[in-house]
Amino acid sequence: MALVVVAALALFASMAVALGIGAVRVPTADVVEVVLRRLNVGDFDVRLLDDQIVWQLRVPRGLGAAAVGAGLAICGVVLQALTRNDLADPYLLGLSSGAGVGAVTVIVLGVSFAGFVGSTAVTAAALVGSLAALLLVLVISVGRGGELPPARTVLAGVAVGQVATAYTSLIVIVDGDSHAARRVLEWTLGSVAGLRWPSALVVTVVALLGVVFFSALADHLDAFAFGETAARSLGVDVVRLRWVLLVGTAFVTAVLVAYAGAIGFVGLVVPHMVRAVVGPRHRLLLPLSALVGATLLVLADLGARTVVEGQEVPIGVVTAVIGAPFFAVLLRRSRSAT
Amino acid sequence: MNALVARDLTWSVKERTIVDVEHLELRAGRLTGLLGPNGCGKTSLLHLLAGVRRTGAGSVRLGETDVVRLSARERARVLALVEQQAATALDLTVRQVVELGRVPHRIRVGIPERDVGGADAIARAVEATDIADLLDRTWQHLSGGERQRVHLARALAQEPQVLLLDEPTNHLDLRHQLTLLTQVRDVGITTVAALHDLDLAAAFCDDLVVMCAGRIVASGPTTEVLTSALVAEVYGVAVDVAPHPTRTGMHVRWSGVLA
Repeated sequence: MALVVVAALALFASMAVALGIGAVRVPTADVVEVVLRRLNVGDFDVRLLDDQIVWQLRVPRGLGAAAVGAGLAICGVVLQALTRNDLADPYLLGLSSGAGVGAVTVIVLGVSFAGFVGSTAVTAAALVGSLAALLLVLVISVGRGGELPPARTVLAGVAVGQVATAYTSLIVIVDGDSHAARRVLEWTLGSVAGLRWPSALVVTVVALLGVVFFSALADHLDAFAFGETAARSLGVDVVRLRWVLLVGTAFVTAVLVAYAGAIGFVGLVVPHMVRAVVGPRHRLLLPLSALVGATLLVLADLGARTVVEGQEVPIGVVTAVIGAPFFAVLLRRSRSAT
Repeated sequence: MNALVARDLTWSVKERTIVDVEHLELRAGRLTGLLGPNGCGKTSLLHLLAGVRRTGAGSVRLGETDVVRLSARERARVLALVEQQAATALDLTVRQVVELGRVPHRIRVGIPERDVGGADAIARAVEATDIADLLDRTWQHLSGGERQRVHLARALAQEPQVLLLDEPTNHLDLRHQLTLLTQVRDVGITTVAALHDLDLAAAFCDDLVVMCAGRIVASGPTTEVLTSALVAEVYGVAVDVAPHPTRTGMHVRWSGVLA
């Protein structure tokens, strides 16, 4: 429990610091004052410019980054437990590729989507694309008795993902100019730059619902440690649980991908990092992974907007650069331990 | 304590009958050995009894309750299964593995139930299997014999009325085989254990159930069931069954494969 509190404090601290840094520097104390005033917690004298920059631009972006990080990390935890596969990540079921189909269709072909235009259209199309991919995966993999065997589901995800990626590449090559190709690449690598108030709130609510919902199933996930038969013999309704968890993680992931693109590495690495520290029990692993994932993405986003002056680096590049060495060290350590 | 009585348990895959059991009774408080050659359906029968595989047909009664009709969670509170060599890649401690046995007493979607008596059940299971000094070790650092004892402790922590063990002595050295079966017998709850070693079965089991091609071909007290004629018929091996010269129980000596 103490670890959860520490991780939560680390998240708040990194947000307070990160939100002050940017083209205009705002001291951390002023950041806190702006936020507290907006939340009606205190009456502070804040500069209008600071309020604009912090509350209108950086808070939604930082909050969105935290939510995306938390959501990806817990989806990774759930899917790794459910498939008993260390390589499982939130994009396992081809959802990111499906979202890519929607996004690319709007970006390259310039189609307006359901009356939306611009980035809203991209988000809406990406959400529809990833949900369509999910539906397709479920149709392919569901068995006669309504069961959803993980191995077949994962393979169906790979197949759907490949087709979606092929479509995306084709559209970019055939119809896209270099500007469109660049936008597609940026979208694929992920970004939280576009998150403003209403959408940041949507992402946050979805991620929070995910954290609460999956944490409520922590014992069920623990029961999978020794495999499916063991889980059944411990009283878990495996068929129903799989549906709930696969569709639940897919929905959370679809929303995150729609708003922030396919940010890699967080959902794969954070669960392993946290498991190495606190062990595999989900009651602790789930909330802690959410907090660590959130912190990691807030810091990664800080890197994304500050490393190269005057230009945004895709956040997926930053997460890979931070995550990969960390992961490598972890692997070395686990190798020497066994 | 109640006997476990199964009726009309059948399971077949594409016309092939894997289990076809009309009647099976595990006497209350006794250790029953489940014998039969490889592929005769022992594991499948145990899975049907444990409810981890369901066929829809037949009944498994424990007193007045038909455990087939219980929810998964309720069933896991009365029946505990120890699978053959169940393994994990996770870095669980022994304590955490044993605590898994409390899952059926706790899980519920939402706020977990308070597990009254959970700590006591775990303490008793740890004592019965003699694993107190292993509790802080991780699963990956246990020997095969230690792992089986931990699995047994996990099953006992479920506080089941019936224990279903699938070849619990596989891959264990002789000392660990004897220790494990002694612990199982001393627990004293209704237990069925699939076994390959006829001599071990003869020494430890009160009753035997013998399967062949999915059916039960013999069942009853060990001394009555275990005869050289039956072993010749079921296993195709010539054996000599006689009272053991020094310990209690029967002794099985093989002389060779029958043509």
